[in-house]
This record gives sequence, structure tokens and C-alpha cells, in this order.
Amino acid sequence: MCVYRLVEVNGPVTGLGPVTQSAKIRVEDTQEKEGILPERAEEAKLKAKYPSLGQKPGGSDFLMKRLQKGQKYFDSGDYNMAKAKMKNKQLPSAGPDKNLVTGDHIPTPQDLPQRKSSLVTSKLAGGQVE
Amino acid sequence: MFFHLDFFHLVRTTDIISTVEFNHTGELLATGDKGGRVVIFQREQESKNQIHRRGEYNVYSTFQSHEPEFDYLKSLEIEEKINKIRWLPQQNAAYFLLSTNDKTVKLWKVSERDKRPEGYNLKDEEGRLRDPATITTLRVPVLRPMDLMVEATPRRVFANAHTYHINSISVNSDYETYMSADDLRINLWNFEITNQSFNIVDIKPANMEELTEVITAAEFHPHHCNTFVYSSSKGTIRLCDMRASALCDRHTKFFEEPEDPSNRSFFSEIISSISDVKFSHSGRYIMTRDYLTVKVWDLNMENRPIETYQVHDYLRSKLCSLYENDCIFDKFECVWNGSDSVIMTGSYNNFFRMFDRNTKRDVTLEASRENSKPRAILKPRKVCVGGKRRKDEISVDSLDFSKKILHTAWHPSENIIAVAATNNLYIFQDKVN
Repeated sequence: MCVYRLVEVNGPVTGLGPVTQSAKIRVEDTQEKEGILPERAEEAKLKAKYPSLGQKPGGSDFLMKRLQKGQKYFDSGDYNMAKAKMKNKQLPSAGPDKNLVTGDHIPTPQDLPQRKSSLVTSKLAGGQVE
Repeated sequence: MFFHLDFFHLVRTTDIISTVEFNHTGELLATGDKGGRVVIFQREQESKNQIHRRGEYNVYSTFQSHEPEFDYLKSLEIEEKINKIRWLPQQNAAYFLLSTNDKTVKLWKVSERDKRPEGYNLKDEEGRLRDPATITTLRVPVLRPMDLMVEATPRRVFANAHTYHINSISVNSDYETYMSADDLRINLWNFEITNQSFNIVDIKPANMEELTEVITAAEFHPHHCNTFVYSSSKGTIRLCDMRASALCDRHTKFFEEPEDPSNRSFFSEIISSISDVKFSHSGRYIMTRDYLTVKVWDLNMENRPIETYQVHDYLRSKLCSLYENDCIFDKFECVWNGSDSVIMTGSYNNFFRMFDRNTKRDVTLEASRENSKPRAILKPRKVCVGGKRRKDEISVDSLDFSKKILHTAWHPSENIIAVAATNNLYIFQDKVN
């Protein structure tokens, strides 16, 4: 059950002098008030949705993801094999197990190891790498 | 009074606009887009007959600046999106600009041709070679007028100097050098030399696990060719002097606003990340944009900004969803007007904000086709935070976060602004009379 309270929030000092803002904030009954800042309430919301968030320092996860933007794993072996197969057959079919298909037209042989998940971890998954 | 803006001009482009920049006289306006194209608009000369009709901006030149690339060695896709365009000051009849994507900076020459030589001896009018045996007389080729043709040619390509993604370029006031900045390094180039650049800032840690901040923007001082600033993802700005040492890893000045530790939250660092830094035209101040505010700093005072303006503080109670939809990482730019008295930045819902530093007045305006008819005055908009919503107001929950104004530009001397709203370019002018 959520309670709505009208709260006065003091904004940061600006060139105009201290600013007072009224904001409606939803405060969880069962939780301690995490300060009266809207930011804290938002943080509580986020943590409730994704409990594993923030266990690693947030900074480096975001930064790593930013630095690795554009990463596309191109495998020249797969590419050349697919090209060779294209020469023999018209259209290579996807393997019986759809999960093993790694590309549009490249079938994965049964004995190749399973691909590891991307190094770029989801920011919401708490940084677990397989 | 500046806040009476005429909607003036709307250009619909084929791709999302990623950068907008006036040249030093304001005669030309360049836009770069996600598809790697540059479009340059030129202001019509005011004719003597129509004194009150101000010049419109018409398309002057369009060219493909960058193409998509794939770095096979690193398995990296390199987008062709133009991150920044910077003009060089004009030194002859041609115009020069720098355009950059994530990895490569290019110097383009844009020149006009309105004359064509005719009457060659060895070639006919179509350019085919004539048989010398058939030539019986000699003539002198003459230059004849032709329809104006604007050509863009790549004059220099500055490649392979950045491991990380270029976020800024800045032309130095010496007009001989410029810098390019990526997430971890800043390089200094000479316009004439493409196979060498000097590394002037390197913040890459020896162990990447220790990475705590990245460079987000950089700019040269408008008058002092030895001075530049760069901003970080932690909300700090460093001013460096190239006379101090070849590698400017140690800053000359360090600008940081102290944070109240009781205000700290999960979002604090993310929203403090500076997305743009701009020197004032006077060179006395720098302006920074972080997610919720614009700040003006005096170069002589490092411990806090002299002015802070709230752009859209009502988003503080939306940070959770803005984090989930990635909007919290949007990089807004900010600009000064020609006299440094007004600053402007964009927001969501195609809103943009202007702050008058002298009168302390501010206004929210909207760049949208529905509200904009030629010569109609822009109406100020207002976002309602809570409680009763008035008729004209829009509530925070109704804001469209996909309509973001990240890029704006201000004419160097007049009250003309260019606002990029996704793939629409709006040009607004101050109302005459």
C-alpha cells in the first residue's frame, strides 16, 4: 500500500537563490524513509527491481560498456566455412537445434564449443559472466 | 527582447542529425548526420530591394564525409555517424571544416566554381582528346561563366590515432593545430601533417580494472593557444597549459563542485557526468552541461561554479525509469550566444531552454512542426510537476523522451539559432521590431 505525501524539497543553490520545489513522492510504507530526496526514492525503486545492482562499483561497469561500444564479434573461420558451404550447396540449413545457430546462414557443427556470452555485461544483470 | 522568436525555417533531413555548427561569420551552417553526411546551408544575401527580409538559409553543399567501416583486427564496427563538425576561420575564398566520426577526423575544403575554361586546343568541348593532326589553328582558352557549382573535397584524413571513440575536436586559435579527444586520450595535430600527432593527455590507467573516469569533452581556449580544458564523467573539469609540459596529465586548474555526501545516491555520479564543455567567447568563463543542469564557471574560481541553472529538475523523480530506458546517458550540448549573455541547451519532448544570465529569466520553447508556422512567434512552454495542471501545461508523465534535443547552435553575432530535433533542423530568428 503506497502513501502519497506532499513534500517540500530544497533544490541546489542556483544563481537565483535557493529554490524550493514541491514534488509528489511515493513513499513505501514498509521502508524507512530514504531521506526526502526524490533521487533516493528513485534509487530505492531501482534497487527493488534489480537487487544485484550496485554490488560492483557502478562506475567501471558503465565505463567499460562505453569503451566497448561497437564490438561485433566477427569470426573469419565461420565466415570462410560458410562461404565454402555456399559453393557446394545453395542454402545451408540451420542446424536441427536452433540455439546453436550463431549467424544467419552459418550452421554450427555439433562438436564446436558453445559460444560464451558477450563480455559486455548487461548493466542490469549484475555483471555475471558465464 | 530576445525571447520573442520567430519560427523561421524547417529542413527535414533523411537521417538523424548528430551535430550542428555555424561558421565564424554565421554565413554558413553545417549539420552532420548519423549516415555520415554533411549538409551545409548558406545564408541568402539580403538584397537591396528587400531590406527587411532577412536572409534564409538554403542548402549550399551536401557530401558524404564518412563511410561505415569494420575493424577486423579488433572486431569493431566503426559508425559513420558524424560526432562533431568544427569550422576553420576563413582565410581565402574557400571554406574549410573538420568533421569526425568515432575514429577518423577529416579536413574538407568547400569551394565554389562559377567559371569554366573553354576553347582548349587539344580537347573538344566534351573533353575528348582531339587528333593533333586535325588541328590547324591555335586559340587561347578563355574563362566563361557557368552555373555556380559547390565542390567539397577531402584535403586531409587524420586516421589511426584513436583507440577509443572520439567525442570532441577543437580548432586552436593559432589556426595551425587542432585537438581530438577520445574517452581516454587527447591528441594534438598540425593541419598539414596527417601521419603524426602528439598525445597531450592520457588518462588510461595501467590496469583497466582501475578505470574510474573518462574524458567526455574538450576544447581549446578561444584566444590562448596554449590552454585547453577537458571534462570528465565524474563532473570535473581540468584546465591544462601546454607550456607546462609535453604531456598535460597534470592539470593547471581543477574545477569541481563539492558534493553534499548526504545527497549522494546511486545516480549521483551518472547525472554529474559532463556531456559538454564550452568556453565563453570572452574566454573568461566555461559552461558545462550535466544531465540536469547547466553551470557557468569562472576560470579564476575552481571550487564551485558561479552560476547553476536547472534545465529539467522535475526529472529527478523519474531517474529510475530514465536509467532503465538509457535516457540518463543522453549527452546534451550547450551553447553561448555571441555576447555570452544568454545560454541555451536542449531537453526532452523537443523542448529547449534558454537562460539569460543578466536578468536571470529563463524560457522553455518547443521545436515542433505542429506549433510552428512560418513567421509565427514561439510560445513559451511549461512543464507541470504535480498538483493541478493548467490548460497549456504538459505533465512530466506525458513528456516524450524519444524526442530529445541534444544539438543546438547559436549564430556568432545575431539572434539566430539552429535546433536539431531528431531528423528535423529548425532555424529560429529573433523577431524584427
